[in-house]
Amino acid sequence: MSLDFIIAVLVTVISAATPLLLASTGELVVEKSGVLNLGVEGMMLTGAVIAAAVTLTTGSHLLALCCAALGGCAVALIFAVLTITLSASQVATGLALTIFGTGFSAMFGRPYTGQAVPLLYSPFPAELAGHPVWRLVFGHSSLAYFSVLMIVAVWWFLSRTRAGLVVRAVGENDLSAHSIGYSVAGVRYLAVSFGGLMAGIAGACYPLMLIPLWSERMTAGQGWIALSLVVFASWRPARLLGGAYLFGLLMAIQAYTKAGDSVFKAFPTEFITALPYLAAIVALVLISLRQRGGAAPACLGKPFIASG
Amino acid sequence: MQFRLEKRTQPSRMMVVIAPIAAVALTMLLGAAIFYLLGFNGAGAVREIFLTPLTNSYKWQDLAVKGTPLIIIGVGLAISYRANVWNIGAEGQYIVGALAGTGIALLTQNMSGPWILPLMLLGGVAGGAGYAAIPAFLRVRWGVNEILTTLMLAYVSVQLLFYLVFGPWKSPTSMGQPQTVMFSADQSLPYLIPGTIVQLGTPIALVVALVAWFLMSRSVFGYQVKVVGSAPQAARHGGFSASGTIWLALLVSGGLAGLAGILEAAGPVGRLVPQFPANYGFTAIIVAFLGRLHPLGVVLAAIVLAISFVGGEVAQTTIGLPSAAVGIFQAMMLFLLLAGDILVRYRLVRVTPRLLVEARI
Amino acid sequence: MADSAPRLSLRGITKRFPGVLANDDISFDVKPGEIHALLGENGAGKSTLVKMIYGIMHPDAGEMLWNGERVQIANPKAARRLGIGMVFQHFSLFEALTVLENIALGMDANIPQRELERRVRAVMAQYGLELEPHRTVSTLSVGERQRIEIVRALLLNPTLLIMDEPTSVLTPQEVEQLFVVLRQLAKKGCSILYISHKLQEIKALCDTATILRGGKLVDTCVPKIETSRSMAEKMIGGSLKTIKKPAMRDFGEERFIVNRLSMPALGHFDIALRDISFSVRAGEIFGIAGVAGNGQTALLLALSGEEPNAASDAISLGGEAIGALNAKARRLKGLASVPEERNGHAAVPDFTLSDNSVLTGRDRLGLAVSGLIRPRAARKYTADVIEAFAVKTSGAEAMAASLSGGNLQKYIMGREILQKPAVLVVSQPTWGVDAGAAAAIHQAIVDLAASGSAIIVISQDLDELLSLCDTLAVINEGRLSKPMKVSGADVEAIGLLMGGIHGEHAHKEELHHAVPA
Repeated sequence: MSLDFIIAVLVTVISAATPLLLASTGELVVEKSGVLNLGVEGMMLTGAVIAAAVTLTTGSHLLALCCAALGGCAVALIFAVLTITLSASQVATGLALTIFGTGFSAMFGRPYTGQAVPLLYSPFPAELAGHPVWRLVFGHSSLAYFSVLMIVAVWWFLSRTRAGLVVRAVGENDLSAHSIGYSVAGVRYLAVSFGGLMAGIAGACYPLMLIPLWSERMTAGQGWIALSLVVFASWRPARLLGGAYLFGLLMAIQAYTKAGDSVFKAFPTEFITALPYLAAIVALVLISLRQRGGAAPACLGKPFIASG
Repeated sequence: MQFRLEKRTQPSRMMVVIAPIAAVALTMLLGAAIFYLLGFNGAGAVREIFLTPLTNSYKWQDLAVKGTPLIIIGVGLAISYRANVWNIGAEGQYIVGALAGTGIALLTQNMSGPWILPLMLLGGVAGGAGYAAIPAFLRVRWGVNEILTTLMLAYVSVQLLFYLVFGPWKSPTSMGQPQTVMFSADQSLPYLIPGTIVQLGTPIALVVALVAWFLMSRSVFGYQVKVVGSAPQAARHGGFSASGTIWLALLVSGGLAGLAGILEAAGPVGRLVPQFPANYGFTAIIVAFLGRLHPLGVVLAAIVLAISFVGGEVAQTTIGLPSAAVGIFQAMMLFLLLAGDILVRYRLVRVTPRLLVEARI
Repeated sequence: MADSAPRLSLRGITKRFPGVLANDDISFDVKPGEIHALLGENGAGKSTLVKMIYGIMHPDAGEMLWNGERVQIANPKAARRLGIGMVFQHFSLFEALTVLENIALGMDANIPQRELERRVRAVMAQYGLELEPHRTVSTLSVGERQRIEIVRALLLNPTLLIMDEPTSVLTPQEVEQLFVVLRQLAKKGCSILYISHKLQEIKALCDTATILRGGKLVDTCVPKIETSRSMAEKMIGGSLKTIKKPAMRDFGEERFIVNRLSMPALGHFDIALRDISFSVRAGEIFGIAGVAGNGQTALLLALSGEEPNAASDAISLGGEAIGALNAKARRLKGLASVPEERNGHAAVPDFTLSDNSVLTGRDRLGLAVSGLIRPRAARKYTADVIEAFAVKTSGAEAMAASLSGGNLQKYIMGREILQKPAVLVVSQPTWGVDAGAAAAIHQAIVDLAASGSAIIVISQDLDELLSLCDTLAVINEGRLSKPMKVSGADVEAIGLLMGGIHGEHAHKEELHHAVPA
């Protein structure tokens, strides 16, 4: 295997992992605050279709990303109102959000289906990425750098700042946080909104860096893989980074196999397509073997209504 | 004016019934408004999606066909959700049930007899239950969250279907089309009334709902499901096994989804094709919630959702509404139902405005 | 002017919840440097009142004056800014976080960690409170956890400290230590609002007592000149009932034997049971005392069969080994149990009482036959329980959640007792229950014993055990002490056992330290 090939694979790994990393970083914060938002897939599809539409109409990637983020955030707020203010079941509402996002994106994206979307390339000048090794450093889409930046920022926020401590406290014991005087609902609204912003940007990765067009259900269940990643990472940012790149590797294998360029070409393509989902199940089993539920925020998924 | 939520001492039985009806009604109103704002004929969309299937008697048969799998899967999911077991991958169990039943059909291709169809149906149940046994085992043995595993397995099942119909099970006479051979007469569901498209699946669905209703309201099995879902510690106190209940919930919901799958394959479709997954498994989640996790409620909810499916097709041809619009209506219905749910447990009371100022220092 | 004004003055405070008037026109003053008791039964409205003072809840009517000025306390932050600190009954701590993180969360200013640690250590040194700032809360004992709350409150230099039932989880020795700290604080001018229903403590500690009953203020008195009995009668609103218990009783055969029962910790924050042995005779009431969190929960689960123990012969009933049987099988053998948590453990809140009877009575009483439930039989049995135990409810079809704590507990006890169990294991039978219901429950336990059942009562309320039981043992860190006869038991010695000190020598030594002259 040549160096070029290895580097090409690594670049693919990083781009395939980027949306997973962005979405699961957002969900990590949401879950740390004690909320389980299963609607990641729906928020991602919303972000994806908005990013494609805005890029096609205005040509501005930055504007597209902002709109995708706000779109993800907007649908996340539907979830927040239902689960936080009205204390509806988080599982059911999350599922409804996914169904809604799927329907909305299909409907809204109809005029744009199949049109070529200009990709978002590396923020660095092309000459820098001339040599293969430098390509590994400078040759990624801006979104890939952004995703790594965000996971570091979230790690810092959760472990080093007072606001992060409050988020963890709310997820750990909502009653106590309330009785000390923190607004449980307020913290959770912010966390869910952040999750929505991140999922929207994660969705934008598909038309802007992976597949340069909009098509229905183009995220293909990756939102669910992002959810599994959070569990797999035991709610720790550092492990999330590793986990996302592990799945990126699987998807790179998939891409190369489909291109007929891999040692896995003996397997049926259907098996290769199913691989990330199977791997997600295996990952969940492995993490459960190591620890039984001890790492999850204690209030995850439980509704909270303040009295008085 | 300020409002506050106040917990009711008893959940309101009236609201349990009113909330879903209000959700459907509000969906029509809000839906009309939203689609109007999106530049469609909003009122027309609501009329075509929700009313035409009811007023046009020719569409009633379609409702029965579409409602059948929704009822069967929805009843299973309602039982599972009652037990707090979140099987959201019924779509996968539906597919694998169809695959298992089709496997039997392919094996019995050159045989005949009235035993073949029942065997296929049993195969469908076993396939669906077997596929749901994987998440059940993982949950009970290692505590792996079933929400994620059932869903992942749904994605996997689609690939399994593709692999089989594009590969080993592809009909030799299909001229390259990825599909299995047509099922023979002995392998297909009989028609209920000659000249209609309503098959044996529909009465089976109604029987399933009735049996489930009886079991859930009167049997120790139903009691176990409800008590484990409502208060797991109390269930343990009463001597019910949590893992046993997880197994039961997943096997029952998976088995019913599998039954729905083979009834669909041996009924309206008549063979397996790559387009076989029609989202019934996911829509049934909405059906289960809209039906208040009650088997008879599920029947009504399945009819409502079937109406929206049939109506969606009507609206596509008559007013050019995209098919995805139906999904938006369905999700809205679920959102509104969940929002209305709070009125079952809480009441809205007016509070006299009171000045809340920060303390002076 | 500010000096002569009361630190806190309540004027006509009223708070209504659905169905109850929790506080009805409450008015009283707390003077600077005063230790003021707020006395009342469970459900009298004490907690609601202090939650309003601390800004967690808001009154529907009435006003508060702080140092003579009218204030409205919007939230706990505002309360802290005024100088009000609070130590909660059910601690407001975060198990997975460290001591220091927990304290930081209670500070309103963002203090750098190192500076905070320095201040924490200073406060601890000043009041003789020992704590390791970097430990995770889940590894700490209940007493240590309370210290975190106290340190957190003291760091803000409060001028009013609210203590909500602070001693319910402490050993007698820890209580003494706490009192030393509180007296020290009061001497410096900090007012203390001390909530309790323990009369002895109030007599020992407090300058003034305000007594609440059913949400109303019934009296304000000076505890030192009152008798415990007079305060108790004001609190309960009638004369005290005493349990009718045959003075001399003969016990039957050894009905229930626990022999070297061990069980690993069930979860992260649980206690393992180690080598527990005791036996209970027919007609005997056996008490298990101990501070919360020392393995009581695990012991109840192990005895009831909810966590079946691997060793079959570790538990035997009437000579038959039942250690490997599950809860259902043990119930069929005649072992009934009542866990301490009513809502969601002993009963299903959103089921009807009738359905709740099916939970534990379906096999023994034939409420379910060949897989089908007999609703009529269940309703009949439930009606019997309601009648026999005077449960206040609209009937067998009422939701369990609609009953008050005391009535639900009466129903649950009745549901088990009317099944005439050979052995009854009950945890915290009167926790959070009003005095009337508590007396009825105690009487029912005594009567069941008189009819020949063996009874095990697990409780944190030592007074309850001393008045109820024939024999007593203490559980600490998952180990059970040697049983002792209640008549002639030494309360001081029991207290030391509860604190984990065994043997004569340690006994004297610790006693010396615990009660400074």
